[in-house]
Amino acid sequence: MPEVENISVAIMGSGGAGALTAGNLLLEAASLAGWHGLLTRTVGPQIRGGEAAALVRLADRPVDCLADRFDLLIGIDWLNADRFGAEIEVGPQSLVISDPSGGGLPAVVTRAGVRTVDVPIKELAKAIPEGRPNMIAVGLAAGLLGLGDDVLSAVIEKRLADKGQKAIEASKAGLKAGIAAATHLDLGMRLALSKPHAAQRWLVSGNETTGLGAIRGGIRFAAAYPITPASEILEWLAPNLAKVGGVLFQAEDELAAINMVIGASYGGTPALTATSGPGLSLMTEALGLATAAEIPVVVVDVMRAGPSTGIPTKSEQADLNIAVYGLHGDAPHLVLASQSISDCLFTTQWAVYLAETLQAPAVVLSDQFIGQAVAAIDRPADLAFIGRRAIATPAAGTYKRYALSAGGVSPMAIPGTSGGQYTADGLTHNERGTPTSNENDHKVQLDKRHTKLEQFGYGGHWATVEGDGELAVITWGSLTSAAREAIDHLRDSGVQIRLIAPRLLLPVQPERFKAALGGIKRILVVEQSHGGQFYRYLRAHYDLAADVRLLNRPGPLPIRPSEIKQAITQWRS
Amino acid sequence: MSSVETHRICKPGDYRSDIKPIWCPGCGDYHVLLSFTRAFAELGLLPEETVVVSGIGCSSRIPAYTSCYGFHGVHGRSLALATGLKVARPDLTVIVASGDGDGYSIGGNHFIQACRRNVDLTYVVMDNRVYGMTKGQPSPTTEPDFDTALSPGGTGLSPFHPLVIALASGANFVARAFSGEPNETASILVEAIRHPGFSFVEVLSPCVTFRPDEREWKNRVHPAPVAATSDPAKAARRIMTDDGFNIGILYRGERRPYQAKVGSTSFDLSELEKDFAL
Repeated sequence: MPEVENISVAIMGSGGAGALTAGNLLLEAASLAGWHGLLTRTVGPQIRGGEAAALVRLADRPVDCLADRFDLLIGIDWLNADRFGAEIEVGPQSLVISDPSGGGLPAVVTRAGVRTVDVPIKELAKAIPEGRPNMIAVGLAAGLLGLGDDVLSAVIEKRLADKGQKAIEASKAGLKAGIAAATHLDLGMRLALSKPHAAQRWLVSGNETTGLGAIRGGIRFAAAYPITPASEILEWLAPNLAKVGGVLFQAEDELAAINMVIGASYGGTPALTATSGPGLSLMTEALGLATAAEIPVVVVDVMRAGPSTGIPTKSEQADLNIAVYGLHGDAPHLVLASQSISDCLFTTQWAVYLAETLQAPAVVLSDQFIGQAVAAIDRPADLAFIGRRAIATPAAGTYKRYALSAGGVSPMAIPGTSGGQYTADGLTHNERGTPTSNENDHKVQLDKRHTKLEQFGYGGHWATVEGDGELAVITWGSLTSAAREAIDHLRDSGVQIRLIAPRLLLPVQPERFKAALGGIKRILVVEQSHGGQFYRYLRAHYDLAADVRLLNRPGPLPIRPSEIKQAITQWRS
Repeated sequence: MSSVETHRICKPGDYRSDIKPIWCPGCGDYHVLLSFTRAFAELGLLPEETVVVSGIGCSSRIPAYTSCYGFHGVHGRSLALATGLKVARPDLTVIVASGDGDGYSIGGNHFIQACRRNVDLTYVVMDNRVYGMTKGQPSPTTEPDFDTALSPGGTGLSPFHPLVIALASGANFVARAFSGEPNETASILVEAIRHPGFSFVEVLSPCVTFRPDEREWKNRVHPAPVAATSDPAKAARRIMTDDGFNIGILYRGERRPYQAKVGSTSFDLSELEKDFAL
């Protein structure tokens, strides 16, 4: 049996069938057994019911994106499978396990000419008191992957602890029945043993690492309005901020959330809000206020397909324009992009540090894919970034809140400090903060806000720049991982490709970008936006000095490594 | 400010900044500013521990005219900003200043939610029943027949009752004041700031430029004939049936103010990742 680097498993069922629980159990058990893995869930808009599938990719090394196709597809039933069949690509090598009572196979599956096997999943479950079909599915997958039932039993005991002993026993029995049913099936491949990994690993989502990055960076106040797919950040922050002496406050809307955050930060407490595109739209006026009044705040936008309500449960990279250009007036601010589940921690913590240091708002663009995916990752290294703004301790009557200085950052008086009283204002103001309509005051304060962001030394963190060659793939955000995987594959066959993925999108870094492009003759831009927003952003701000092609597509279907590989290969020939 | 430093006792004048207000001569807001400074002095507030937060409009220019910390934010969001500040910094005294357009129209939802939350803020709305800064358009408290360029022949819409909305939404202290009586207004503000939770003070503050008829308010106001009640239904009934010029404290509630559940700042941050560990 051939040994492979990774195996992808999809477990599908109509809502309530427990497909997502099955995926979670499988990922955790495989991770405990030493493999790496990633789980994404795909669900319809229904609150309960409707279609659901758990997409699990297991590998011998860390993975941050989905594979090109699924090797094993287990259908507890196929009732709504056609609605997202396109997300579950299968090929002739794929094995599809189907419950004959679960409806006909979806067209996308039969088209691919897969190997299909009937297993009476529901019948097997019924034979067990309180047995559930999803546990049969877990057993089938475990049996085919060679996962021992000891490790799965341990995960079941941990995850189902609050459901009672009876449920745990029923689940374990279902697991055993599934493993037994798999003994006479053949997946046709075996997952290679895991490469050595870090001593400590985490099983975590990007929304959770975003929350941790926020607290580690110094955030102690959050206000937000619930929105898919950002709510997990808030739900993680609420109990954890409370533990560290901070507060999360549920606002009445995003207008209130951003203004609460500005108020808390004005009072000296580093503050953050998290939202998605519709919420970011509501926040842009107040982001201008934070820019003008020089109040540090961090806004995390977990992007979903837009415009308007769009597809709330699916990923897209189309909020770049509003994040970069959405503020009225000349309003220099920071825009950063997280590149993976692990990088959500880095980028969010760095964003807090930059916002606090530069007294400016920072928008962090994450997306539904890395936000809601769960992966077994190596524990990220600790970072030194802790937000500390320059604090003023002025003598009475002399304090100038917006004093001009070479670096553009002026020490901020925090309420409670005698002699530091000033009024923060969205009106154009002079160095003292007094409102003015004088043309020189307007100009020098605009210069100040521009200068402080432009002159700061962002260092090597501004982008991921990897590899050599004359062709560069330029991408951003969560697509960085898919591009890296495509480039790694090509390197294995002797082709060198450079990867450039800016983490800092604003302020732009033309000098650094020029250096990163050294020797490059051809560029492939890869992005998940219908309008080519990233391509246009690159064209507007950078001298690309090479032939450029664009691989772009809107959400919700992720751009897979094989598509990037194919586009590179075509571009080279 | 030397008296502040040495004696920590401030006179009303010590709460004024050297910035000259942009208000029209005769504007009611001058007297509200005077009432602020008298109330702050009476309470012995330290300017550096007091923050005046506002939105946009004539009345919202007030923070910079005080010697306290101030925040002149965007239109309609002063209560949200002040809520974030007060929750993060419960040690500060936070006063929110607004007008009928800023507070009741663009900021209407925040008004309801702030009353409901009962964070310990004092909310002062200078109501002149007109948009002054944008030159004379009708607001949510404007009479239906007020004839303007934007609403020829009047809006035909009935004004709403902010005080009753506040009661229905859970405000813990409700009062009506008149800018032309700065001593009485200052006394009401003192009580409002002292009262725990969300205190709402509507100050009738004439716009002499776009509502010259409001100069007559001084002849119409009168002290509320009965003492404040702690029964919101009783207070609401009185307000709904009075002539709109009853001045005084109308309601004192006993709700517990919002209090954030906050843990220890000495918590070991490395504990946070424990839930992630495989």
